[in-house]
Amino acid sequence: MYDVLIIGGGVCGAAVAMYLSKYDIKCALLEKENDIAMGTTKANSGIVHAGYDPEPDTLMARLNVRGSELTEELCKKLSVPYKKTGSLVVAFDSKDEAHIRKLYDRGMENGVRGMELLDKESLFELEPNLSEKAVGALYAPSAAVVNPWRFCIAMCETAAENGVEFYLDSEVTSIEKINGCFAVTAGGRTFDTKYIINAAGIYADDVASLVGARDFEIKASKGQYFLLDKTQSGLVNTVVFQCPTEKGKGVLVSPTADGNIIVGPNAESGNERDDVSTTREGLDFVAAEAAKTTSKINYRENIRSFSGLRANSDKSDFIIGESDLCRHFINVAGIKSPGLSSAAAIGEYVAELIADCGLIMTEKEQWNYPAPKVRFNELSNVEKERLCKENPKYGNVVCRCNLITEGEILDALDSKIKPRTLDGIKRRAGSGMGRCQGGFCGPRVHEIIANYYNIPMEEVLLDKNGSYIVCGKVGGEE
Amino acid sequence: MINCDIAVIGAGPAGLAAAVAAYNAGVKDIIVIERDKEAGGILNQCIHNGFGLHRFGEELSGPEYAGRYIDMLKETDIKLKLKTMVLSIDNKVISAVSEENGFEQIKAKAIILAMGCRERNRGPISVPGDRGSGVFSAGCAQRYLNIEGYLVGKRVVILGSGDIGLIMARRMTLEGAKVLAVAEIMPFTNGLSRNVAQCLDDFGIPLYLSHTVTDVIGDGRIEGIVISQVDESMKPIKGTEKRFDCDTLLLSVGLVPENELTRGAGIEIDPRTNGAIVGEDMQTNEAGVFACGNVLHVHDLVDYVSAESERAGISAARFVLSGGAERGAQTAVLNGSNVSYTVPQHFSPEKIEKGIDIFFRVRKKIRLGEIRVESNGIKLAGFKREFLAPGEMQKITVPKVLLDRAEGDITVSAVEIEEAE
Repeated sequence: MYDVLIIGGGVCGAAVAMYLSKYDIKCALLEKENDIAMGTTKANSGIVHAGYDPEPDTLMARLNVRGSELTEELCKKLSVPYKKTGSLVVAFDSKDEAHIRKLYDRGMENGVRGMELLDKESLFELEPNLSEKAVGALYAPSAAVVNPWRFCIAMCETAAENGVEFYLDSEVTSIEKINGCFAVTAGGRTFDTKYIINAAGIYADDVASLVGARDFEIKASKGQYFLLDKTQSGLVNTVVFQCPTEKGKGVLVSPTADGNIIVGPNAESGNERDDVSTTREGLDFVAAEAAKTTSKINYRENIRSFSGLRANSDKSDFIIGESDLCRHFINVAGIKSPGLSSAAAIGEYVAELIADCGLIMTEKEQWNYPAPKVRFNELSNVEKERLCKENPKYGNVVCRCNLITEGEILDALDSKIKPRTLDGIKRRAGSGMGRCQGGFCGPRVHEIIANYYNIPMEEVLLDKNGSYIVCGKVGGEE
Repeated sequence: MINCDIAVIGAGPAGLAAAVAAYNAGVKDIIVIERDKEAGGILNQCIHNGFGLHRFGEELSGPEYAGRYIDMLKETDIKLKLKTMVLSIDNKVISAVSEENGFEQIKAKAIILAMGCRERNRGPISVPGDRGSGVFSAGCAQRYLNIEGYLVGKRVVILGSGDIGLIMARRMTLEGAKVLAVAEIMPFTNGLSRNVAQCLDDFGIPLYLSHTVTDVIGDGRIEGIVISQVDESMKPIKGTEKRFDCDTLLLSVGLVPENELTRGAGIEIDPRTNGAIVGEDMQTNEAGVFACGNVLHVHDLVDYVSAESERAGISAARFVLSGGAERGAQTAVLNGSNVSYTVPQHFSPEKIEKGIDIFFRVRKKIRLGEIRVESNGIKLAGFKREFLAPGEMQKITVPKVLLDRAEGDITVSAVEIEEAE
């Protein structure tokens, strides 16, 4: 019997798992995909918002500001790429100026520290590449960028290191209530548990249906992005937002925690839940909107376009708490923006919630962060030399764009939560994330995975189930 | 720290030719650094023939062509460091890493950059759609097929009519895959005409000019793609969509010189070629650092890569033997009408012995044209050429006697001429 079962291995499920792993309880996380961080978590802006956006006295406001505080320290401990870049909301006319003053006031009320309203001159000192039409901005120095999937994976790894069990390819298909407990069927197994955390992202309403507690609807909203090569770093130094208009929230131009530039997103509602395709119209819209911020975006240096889905719901706030319709079933749902910013605080909060629901939670005496992984290219020459002597596999560079070594790829494969796909390796080691997008390292990483698991090349996947890469040997049988 | 006279980065056709030429020009202490497990570069996966017509007067396969230079290298005392990746170049100190030797540094009197190029992928051309597997750059699929021995798919559409795409259309067909179409956004092909004839026409593979991919369908493995016709500004025209049920999309949409090390070393790059700016001796703006082959500008024919690289090798040898010779005053080579770039970008008139080879590409197709070399409004030389196309690199040799008449910078242009009745 589990004490707590978490459904969903995105950043919220990960944070809940990590915080619960601090207590002496039996806990598992179920993920329907073949890896963690596969949904909204791997395709978003990667921003830790300062907290001036949400309406005061909402969960969003409280958890955003708390999350923003927690994330910096946490990323340091977890060795997750994080940069406190600060953010700007740029005003282009008097209407915008009124809007940023409103945001400033709201930020003050939410407890956001260090905000400033900048005039044109100080704005251009900070961001010389902005459009000449900018007249001022709200500056929030506490905003940051984070690598969202590394954040999620690191929290999951920490949870796993401290006893939480992880089950991949385990889509929850039924939940039965028996004697005040739950029997959860997923991926051919049955899990008995006292509590359920529903962190199923854009499918959270479907999961709630399984216990007859669907009192909210998820309305996925798609956002499309461009990701530019590191050659473009320096185009902007902070997260640059526009003021929202009738057409939408306005696209952002921002550095990423890994040193790229991200441009996007648009907002498309009404699309299908599993549709993460990009469209020419969507990308053209993003480019046109971003041009208002700066005319200096070089799309020839785009290395990847992608879409992500926001788990918007029919409620205005996050839906976090025990369901009114089902005891011991705790929703962590409708986690739209600022979800990533709030994730750590959500984990902390949900641990308190479960205790309030009556689960006896004793803190463990022993609880550890996993040992940080080698990032070869970030080491000094002396450290590189020493490491290669210790393990020659660190001398074999596999990904030339990001200079990722075979040693790091093997480390990723040796993780607690084992990746089996090229993109799984990419999200952990960073191979294939550069300008050639795996054109060079793809076949090499492919071979390393096949050798590691001792499986044929044909069985190695790029990403989701079904995404095979090669279909057979040359001259082989049909 | 290892010391040497010349370090060559890359043992593809450029690096091999440069190293051998430098050796033959009198510098014996040469190290060639190669990241792969064998020398030859991309030629090793180009098992089709057609290489070496200019250089050796016969048609060789890629590995055979590379083999010729590897044999020449074996005749020398040049040291070849395989499976070694260069991490950075700083003030002629190369930092490299390998499984065998770990991290090491090499200080060279001269460096020859010969890192080649990489393929442009889905990003820069923003092909929309799903992100399932089955979208490969043509060279990546070629590697799977010819080096690893795996077929990447059975029903294939190819975007881009670059040479690798055309070669792969034939290769995949011969291995039993069905190549449904080749789509090219330009109104003309980017590959060599002989490849269009031999790789598409001979196999009845349709070529859709002025078409591009407007959707990719499939989240696991791709299941289909949609192509659309484009207008003159390359925007897709609504209503012209054609769907193909396929499991594979190959991209042959251009090559980009791989100049991460060059940029890191602070060497000046020409935005037109994406390669270093060089003089007639293939020397970059950093004295003693030379560049040649596809890292400098993308070639169509390996034969020209070899010739250019030999020039770089000889220049590097001279640089070492003369203890770093002074560079003379420099004359710029400017782009006139219909010329998109030239290599070299400048030259030192007093260093020219017999003449100068200028490589360039034209901006549009010209049936009959004249390549004009002018200076200060005076025509120095004219070269009549037929069938000029952006897909085929052009070369002219301007004799010294004509160059000596230049008054300042020279301009190269391609002028369309009326056909005489």
